[in-house]
Amino acid sequence: MAEKRSYEVVFIVDPDAADDEVMRLSENFQKIVTDQGGTIAKTEMMGRRQLAYEINHKREGSYILLEVAGSGAEIAELERRMRVNDRVLRYMTIRVDDARQRADKLKARRARKAARRPASGKRKQADADTEFEGQTA
Amino acid sequence: MSTNYDDRDSGFGLEREYERAGMGGRGPRRMQRRKICRFCIDKVDLIDFKDVKLLQSYVPERGKILPRRISGVCAAHQRMLAEAIKRARNIALLPYAAD
Repeated sequence: MAEKRSYEVVFIVDPDAADDEVMRLSENFQKIVTDQGGTIAKTEMMGRRQLAYEINHKREGSYILLEVAGSGAEIAELERRMRVNDRVLRYMTIRVDDARQRADKLKARRARKAARRPASGKRKQADADTEFEGQTA
Repeated sequence: MSTNYDDRDSGFGLEREYERAGMGGRGPRRMQRRKICRFCIDKVDLIDFKDVKLLQSYVPERGKILPRRISGVCAAHQRMLAEAIKRARNIALLPYAAD
């Protein structure tokens, strides 16, 4: 698996853990990733916030976001560690490279369209639609 | 005829507000202005599940995802939005169900 993938990993740490413990935990996880051959693109402490529902009888938690690039093996290891660690209330990994690629493509297409529009006298479909609306009633 | 129209839409609190906002003011048949997709206007290509403020505006009190027939979001963006809301729920940023 040579291709690079990027992931966003969000996890919630027990609110009873002190700030330095949260930091330590986060650093530990980052080390796991780098040991497995992945790279950390970004880390963000999203801070302590209210949970929308109770998890393990806790009403709040510290959110941490890691952006990881790698093959996928480090994610497996990372998730295994988080599952075992009882300070981690919840974790979620999302693959983001494909979604970002699609977003870039859409952007490019829009730019292309914008460049073409003045030349061709054709009106955009959306404009025509909204104009029609007023007369339906 | 017009009452028929109303019946179909009632039962959802938010609909009322939207209708009021779009009323044309002429006759019993209300003209409902076509709502257009906010995301298309803002040229959003990616809806982030961490953007709780944004997502919350598409999640009414009960915690359900606002249908696009009410919000006017286009199909493509509604798909992205639904995905983002579900992710946010998973990580406790949004409720699965309120009370």
